[in-house]
Amino acid sequence: MQNPLKQITPKDIKRSLLMALWFMFLTFPIMVIKVNTITDTVEWRWINMFIVGAATFIFSHVWKVLIDRKEGRMAAAEEPEKKAEKVTLRERLEEKPAIVKTGSLVILGLAVLFPIMTGMYQTSIMITALLYVVLALGLNIIVGLGGLLVLGYIVFYGVGAYTYAILNYHFGLNFWLALPLGGIFAMALGILIAIPVLRLRGDYLAIVTLAFGEIFRIVMENWNALSFGPSGIANIPRPTIFGLDFNLKQSTNLTYYIILVFVVLTIFIVRRLEDSRLGRAWVAMREDEIAGESMGIDMGKTKLAAFALSTFWAGVAGVIFAGKTTFINPASFTMWESILVLCMVVLGGMGSIPGVITGALIITLLPEYLRAFSEYRMLIFGAILVIMMVFKPEGMIPAIRQKYEFKLNTGKNRKGVK
Amino acid sequence: MNSTYFIELFLGGLTRGSIYALIALGYTMVYGIIQLINFAHGEIYMIGAFTALIVSGALAFTGLDPVIIFLISAVVAIVFSAAYGVTMEKIAYKPLRKAPRLSALISAIGMSMFLQNYVLLAQTSDFQPFPDLIPDLKFLKPIENIMNTTQFIILATTAVVMVLFTLLIKYTKIGKAMRATAQDKIMAQLVGININKVIMVTFLIGSSTAAIGGILISSHVGQINFYIGFIAGIKAFVAAVLGGIGSVPGAVLGSFVLGLTESFGTGYISSDYEDVFAFGFLIIILIFKPSGILGKPTKKKV
Amino acid sequence: MKKILVLCLLAAVLLSFASLTGCKKDSGTIKIGVAGAHSGDLASYGIPSVKAAELVVEDWNARGGVLGRQIELIIEDDVCKPEVATNTAAKLVGEDVVAVIGHICSGATKAALGIYKDSKIITISPSATNPPLTQSGDYPNFYRTIAPDDAQARMEIDFAVDTLGLKKLAILHDKGDYGKGLAEFAKAMVESDGEAEVVLYEGITVGAVDYSAVINKIKNSGAEAIIFGGYHPEASKLVGQISKKGMDIVFISDDGVKDDTFIKVAGEYAEGVYATGPRDTSTEPLTIAANKAHRDKYGEDPGAFFLNAYAATTVILNAIEKAGSTDYDALTKALQSEYVNTTLGNISFDKKGDAIGVGFSVFQVQNGVYVELQ
Repeated sequence: MQNPLKQITPKDIKRSLLMALWFMFLTFPIMVIKVNTITDTVEWRWINMFIVGAATFIFSHVWKVLIDRKEGRMAAAEEPEKKAEKVTLRERLEEKPAIVKTGSLVILGLAVLFPIMTGMYQTSIMITALLYVVLALGLNIIVGLGGLLVLGYIVFYGVGAYTYAILNYHFGLNFWLALPLGGIFAMALGILIAIPVLRLRGDYLAIVTLAFGEIFRIVMENWNALSFGPSGIANIPRPTIFGLDFNLKQSTNLTYYIILVFVVLTIFIVRRLEDSRLGRAWVAMREDEIAGESMGIDMGKTKLAAFALSTFWAGVAGVIFAGKTTFINPASFTMWESILVLCMVVLGGMGSIPGVITGALIITLLPEYLRAFSEYRMLIFGAILVIMMVFKPEGMIPAIRQKYEFKLNTGKNRKGVK
Repeated sequence: MNSTYFIELFLGGLTRGSIYALIALGYTMVYGIIQLINFAHGEIYMIGAFTALIVSGALAFTGLDPVIIFLISAVVAIVFSAAYGVTMEKIAYKPLRKAPRLSALISAIGMSMFLQNYVLLAQTSDFQPFPDLIPDLKFLKPIENIMNTTQFIILATTAVVMVLFTLLIKYTKIGKAMRATAQDKIMAQLVGININKVIMVTFLIGSSTAAIGGILISSHVGQINFYIGFIAGIKAFVAAVLGGIGSVPGAVLGSFVLGLTESFGTGYISSDYEDVFAFGFLIIILIFKPSGILGKPTKKKV
Repeated sequence: MKKILVLCLLAAVLLSFASLTGCKKDSGTIKIGVAGAHSGDLASYGIPSVKAAELVVEDWNARGGVLGRQIELIIEDDVCKPEVATNTAAKLVGEDVVAVIGHICSGATKAALGIYKDSKIITISPSATNPPLTQSGDYPNFYRTIAPDDAQARMEIDFAVDTLGLKKLAILHDKGDYGKGLAEFAKAMVESDGEAEVVLYEGITVGAVDYSAVINKIKNSGAEAIIFGGYHPEASKLVGQISKKGMDIVFISDDGVKDDTFIKVAGEYAEGVYATGPRDTSTEPLTIAANKAHRDKYGEDPGAFFLNAYAATTVILNAIEKAGSTDYDALTKALQSEYVNTTLGNISFDKKGDAIGVGFSVFQVQNGVYVELQ
């Protein structure tokens, strides 16, 4: 890499100055003038104008350097010769499966010891984070592998949570029975929704699932007899085992281990699926439906399978969620949550398991640890999303495409990366 | 269930539909040209309303006539919204033209969050009363309890904007370039159309109409906060899809259909399920016409 | 090697379930949690209670604290979301707080109470009005310094039907847990009283572009009054559009609307609106002092639930002093037997946890201010 400072020319400075002026103009009404129509006062905050100008001036340089670098990378990627020379950390890791294996074991070990090393608060946050990991991995099946954009995923999470809450309230159903039932109900609804929308593709599918999501929430708000409306269902029991009477800390730990087992199980299953016939059918569906169909894949069935599996995980996660919070109401299942889960998948890297996990952990834990900046955290979060997408549109840890390359110089024969 | 009630609901639905249409235009144009669901489009509408509020608040001390203040603040708001739209495209979408489409969508979501919180932090989280600057029109006095002045102005402005817009798309050079780009980007480039310019103009026009919508509805409702863009944006997006996304007449038709569905659904059934009518109707239409009311069925290419 | 590792991990997991009992330190400061929405769109309901708790604690600490120990506040944000509230509660429990002032929203309170109940932590909410919180008997550790929704609904209906003599009522709500809960009580009461009629019962959509369809429907229903359950942003939109429509109708609402912001935002349209709210105690010396302390420190008038939170903090500190310890049972006894002079008047708690002595009144906007009626 060249030293970025060397690249600054008078032209760049002129450009940055213009940018700074433009942003000073752009943010003028909102940053500088503060009108309070209640007290009828106008406040002029000229200092903000200079802050914006200075910040833009500096930021535009950084931006330019980064964009140049990205374009350089993209240009390099188009020339296969050059690309082959650069061996990424990922590729080196791939050649040594032992390191990867040990690494995973260490992470797993740390995860198991987590509640012992930290307090109940950290465990509680981590449960929330892991719930989102399961959700993101589930959504990844539809979006990342199948290429179908779904914007109402949180519905199925809600179905799971409500299944446990309602059945427990009326019939005293325990957590362990609710766990599969929540998954099954969510899956049934997933299939029901999927059948009519199978014909839709792309953004039409997105908006229809968004619509179903909103309908679910509104129905839960209005149908008091079933869901107790917006006041929600309280006193949902936490999970226990063997009928033991657990105290708060113990049941928090138990919930943590349950969700951890589910995360591991999900990773395992999704990994196996990826390489299965079904997994390949999904990828074919994502890349080109028609080509896939002409290869003899039943697209209808493939889509249904993606929906069914993906929604099942959401349902299960929903049951654990209800067991964790002990209280649910429709406000927890808004469109906003669906969007958040989608962000996790895309930010991490669609179709890539480590990517999706990283995405989910960052998005759930970042606001929690950004509490110090509480009022700025959503602003920072929004900016991070844009910046990440601009500079790494394929996500933090992009998926590896299995590709078998035939190479003439036989010395180094390894799986290529596209 | 009398006829006045029916007319009132009808006009209410049309008013709402007009606002949706003004926002949906931007959605559908952007989608038609770069196939992006511009999630942050609703925020442009919100910024338009806020700019108008700020400018009119700052001008209130000059003692100008309210109508003049309203017109000045509307023009300033439109200019700034357009500037925001174009800048947003340059920062958040242009670098992503070749990237996977979902990445651009996430970038748009990030932009939406950023703009919401930017206004929240720079201004306030509370609702702010929007000044009542539109004077009552005298000739509406006889039908005042059926249609009030702001409703009339919303309907009239929307009609004018739609006509201007259609003329622009049909007869001007840039309009033709936009249509060509929407049909086939590569061919358009081959015949010498500057794609970047076309996209910029698209954002410029879309943002301006959204700002008009923002100003009008704020004077109708009388208050705004930083969050108004999100819900209006989602509804307008639904309207655009309902009509067939990418089609301009479709977006307008979809908006009116959506506004009327909500109004009649609320009026004759229950407002508990107001949004269910809107979304349910959308689902039914899409099941039977998978590309919206006026959308062209996408041809499968092999 | 591998087996040993797995065994070790298993042992560690089992260890995490071993009950670790009683090692609460009795030295150092007495910690009190303050939880509620301190950021996000409902922050304006949560921040005043933080300020109230801080003012009370500053005052007590200056006088030597309680039981000879200084008081420390642990302030945590729950954004009014149940799923965040459980994490907040876990954090407060981890900090070994003695009591919690909060939470602000009923939903978040219910979620958090599941954790406080098991940890035997007294919780006093300044604003959670959902009736089952006290009436269900599920939460013996819960108290509140605000009247429950059903009491408020009762007052609204009595006022509309008996005082104003109205016969046809339209009941609206915002579909939220607070507004809808209140509206349901109001509807049930009107129907069981049989003196008036509910001609319309509707939930409006928060954040909808406008409310013209609902307003047309109210007009068409021939209602004489609207009883609205919800918060002030929707209320001010409704009254504005009703006035512009040229309708003359009585508007009665709750203490989510009995907020000065409502009058400021709705402006001239707010004139004549009725709202129920806690009895006006602003002429009592304690309240005057509390409001003055707030103005001195922050330069502005206090916000929503400030007095309730001020009272809640006073009550719990007083209970600790009277009980002579921070023991749960002793505190419970003190809370339920002692009458305390607070910013809300002289109050105590009943067995269920509702405050005795917190009165409600009907207010009306007259010349831009809320005036207490009767």
